Amino acid sequence: MKARLLIAAMMTLTSLPLEAQDRLPPAPYAYQQLNDPAKEAKAKALMETLRCLVCQGQSIADSDAPLAGDMRHEVRTKIAAGESPDTIRKWLVARYGNWVSYDPPFDGATALLWLGPLLFLGVGGWLAFGRFRRAGGEDER
Amino acid sequence: MIAELGLALLWMAAALACLSLVAGALFLRGGPKDLASLVRPASVAQGVLTAAAFGLLIALFVRSDMSVELVARNSHSLKPMLFKVAGAWGNHEGSMLLWLTILGLSGALVALFERRLREDTLVATLAAQAALSLGFFAFLLFSSNPFNRLPIAPPDGQGLNPLLQDPGLAFHPPTLYIGYVGLSVAFSFAVGALVTREIGPAFARAMRPWVLGSWIFLTLGITAGSYWAYYELGWGGWWFWDPVENVSLVPWLAGAALLHSVAVTATRNALRAWTVMLAVIGFSMSMVGTFIVRSGLLTSVHSFAVDPERGTFLLVLMAIYIGGALALFALRAGTVAEGKKFALLSREGSLVINNLLLTTILALVLLGTLYPIVAEAMGEKISVGPPYYNKVAGPLALILCLVMVAGPLLAWRRDDGKRLWSRLPPAVLAGALVLFGLVLFGGSVRILPLLGMTVAAVVAVASLAPLWGRNLRRTPLPTWGMVIAHFGVAVALAGMAAESAFIKERLVAAAPGETVKVDDFAVTFVGVRPIAGPNYTAIEGRLVATTGSGASFTLRPEARTFPGLMGGPPTETNEAALLTRPGGQLYAVLGQPVTSPDGTAERYQLRLWWKPLVWWIWLGGALIAIGAALSMLGRAQLLAMWRTHRSKKAQERFAP
Amino acid sequence: MRNRWILFVPLAIMALLFGAFVYRLVTPAETLIQSQWINKPMPLFDLPPATAGVEGLKSSQLADGRPRLVNVFASWCIPCRAEAAQLEALKRAGVPIDGIAIRDRPEDVAAFLNEFGNPFDRIGSDQQSSVQIALGSSGVPETFLIDGKGIIREQIQGVILAGDVPRIIAKLEAMK
Repeated sequence: MKARLLIAAMMTLTSLPLEAQDRLPPAPYAYQQLNDPAKEAKAKALMETLRCLVCQGQSIADSDAPLAGDMRHEVRTKIAAGESPDTIRKWLVARYGNWVSYDPPFDGATALLWLGPLLFLGVGGWLAFGRFRRAGGEDER
Repeated sequence: MIAELGLALLWMAAALACLSLVAGALFLRGGPKDLASLVRPASVAQGVLTAAAFGLLIALFVRSDMSVELVARNSHSLKPMLFKVAGAWGNHEGSMLLWLTILGLSGALVALFERRLREDTLVATLAAQAALSLGFFAFLLFSSNPFNRLPIAPPDGQGLNPLLQDPGLAFHPPTLYIGYVGLSVAFSFAVGALVTREIGPAFARAMRPWVLGSWIFLTLGITAGSYWAYYELGWGGWWFWDPVENVSLVPWLAGAALLHSVAVTATRNALRAWTVMLAVIGFSMSMVGTFIVRSGLLTSVHSFAVDPERGTFLLVLMAIYIGGALALFALRAGTVAEGKKFALLSREGSLVINNLLLTTILALVLLGTLYPIVAEAMGEKISVGPPYYNKVAGPLALILCLVMVAGPLLAWRRDDGKRLWSRLPPAVLAGALVLFGLVLFGGSVRILPLLGMTVAAVVAVASLAPLWGRNLRRTPLPTWGMVIAHFGVAVALAGMAAESAFIKERLVAAAPGETVKVDDFAVTFVGVRPIAGPNYTAIEGRLVATTGSGASFTLRPEARTFPGLMGGPPTETNEAALLTRPGGQLYAVLGQPVTSPDGTAERYQLRLWWKPLVWWIWLGGALIAIGAALSMLGRAQLLAMWRTHRSKKAQERFAP
Repeated sequence: MRNRWILFVPLAIMALLFGAFVYRLVTPAETLIQSQWINKPMPLFDLPPATAGVEGLKSSQLADGRPRLVNVFASWCIPCRAEAAQLEALKRAGVPIDGIAIRDRPEDVAAFLNEFGNPFDRIGSDQQSSVQIALGSSGVPETFLIDGKGIIREQIQGVILAGDVPRIIAKLEAMK
């Protein structure tokens, strides 16, 4: 188990070169844009919302990790082949779970995440506006 | 000797904090009056001794005394002097000592200068501050002693993480810490006022400069940190909605809410319980943030010094302080009248909406940061990132900006809509011009940046409205401060929106002599050469950027390699080169070399961005801080305080 | 005061927050990202040989009726070296093992096999990690247990330890 923990620790630290690096050049589309600006814009927007698997909280769009480069290649290749960003996100989520997407879906487990702020605003607003109404008359009490 | 002296000073300071707390508590429970007179000098001495201990720690780093464990682990004799000094707080123990120093010095300043509060409230405040210090002294002395000696001194130290070897480290953490810890004074004032039930304009006025002061440092710290990440991480991002960034934003949001609500309490004696609660929340969020970063609770690009055991210690401390203060609030605030009432359409009304929105944003940032833990408990691993915050916080922030347009133009107590409308046409016109301009000529701009730029135009014009028709020389400093800070918000917002809407990116593998077009620039890759820095080697690229009008500039991005010390592997960092132009910044990064199949001409990966108006983001941050500083100068009445102090001294001298 | 209970709300929210903190300190975060592509068919791929003298790997070859292991490895991965002995033991027990070499050069793979042995029937070269991504794998080494119909039944992240070997043999046996 210890060995596995060590590997886990190494994998989370790829920003520091503890893990051995491969000697292959990056994949073609890791550092190369698509020729079609509209498609590149789509790919870029998608990459900014996908989480790098081996980094500490970075998107694949801002990481030099080789796997992040390969994922960028994967995304750009799929976009170039005409797939929609949404399909690609679903394809990746089917493999890595929602962890890979920075845009959490709305479901049972995330309902509070999406509705919490609205709830907070609603209750806060109700309290504050209650005060205003009561204040409708005279201002001293 | 220096290390032992430092440790001794810390123990003495801890004893003095103990004395302040006990004497203060006994006095408040009806003890003899003499006890109260002990508290002030003890607070001052505690601050001075802690600061002296911190000074000694810096001295140890400057002398590279490797027999001290902390120095050996975090410094190296060949490091440039600036990084030796900064190394003193670039680690867990040193930064906790910095935290305690600021805590102690804040208490000392309150003890020396605060004359507006009742004696018993002041004693309670200083006792609360001493209680905070005491817990952190215990943390430092029992679990993170910075002065620990090694049995055998190593020949040299292990160095400092290369990413941290940057002038940014010298200024960013101390600035942020002054802000974080400065909020402790507001916390202590709130506890003191709850203990003695003295919650009113005097308490608010005493607290106000402290809130402004810490908020200035928080603003500067966050702005500087954002710029540091922008040029150091090498991808041009200036805000990642990363957990560590978020927990520094949360106290800032609490401070922003507090400095607006404290204005209502100080001026109109209203929102009293709310102000007290925000004062408690502000420093609580500072502690929560420190806890999250130190315990390694959440993974982040910025995390350092991760230790779950320390996390547990901090958690217990926080539970005592935050739980205690909020319990006190729950029990006492019911007896505090909410104060004077007001209409919705009034200065107070707009400030209440401001507070509602700011606290909602605060809550959602905290929720988004911690929700992955909740989801994991429910059996799902999720990530919460920029898309969530943009969707949820973005619209709220824009509404907040619109409230900011109306607020300063409204009168206290109640106002009528017609008067407000009569002052708005120029701002609405500016917004409409920007909106139509963007829709007609801007190409396809996404909705959030589009609204962002429009709102920025409205706010920029409207923020100046409080100055219209006024004698500018006689306009009080706090009004100037408000105008400049609100204008700064517009500037920063415009920068953020324009950068995300109009950014141009070019990623190329360029051979020497090749020219790349980025927006209006023709960037020629001249070549690379090896260079040696004080403790690293680097490949320096030379790029010549020529503008459309023919002016040309040289950029020198570097790819640095720091040797692995103590047998560790070498570390590589990217130093971006920035060209600042009136319309934005050109950002260049030198990436990996690319060898062509025949192995001849070497190409290099270049990453080039044109970022329109990007520096407005940090200019806006600086303007917000300047505005808050002017406001603080106007509120602190340092001059007046100094005069009364002098006349009092004079009276004492002539007393029989 | 009427709404007294409301004053306790901040305290309650703080208590919830602390609950989350305590939960996380007691149960540290799982840093490995597990594949969700379990109990699903192997994705379609056709990888070229990773080095001279070995056979490449096609996904269709993985559904030949015999349960097997697919080992995702790389010559540059230091922990992968520690795994060689266990893979050898599995091979001796008659377990078919195929390999996928991630981001690797032929000469490096050859040197790796030379030094640490070759337990693989076939080794496909995945130079752009595309099969690795299609499998939901996030590091090296990882090992996938495949049943006779080509369905992925288990993912083992990190090095297979000596103690894991009998369990793996038993599990593959049960799939027959």
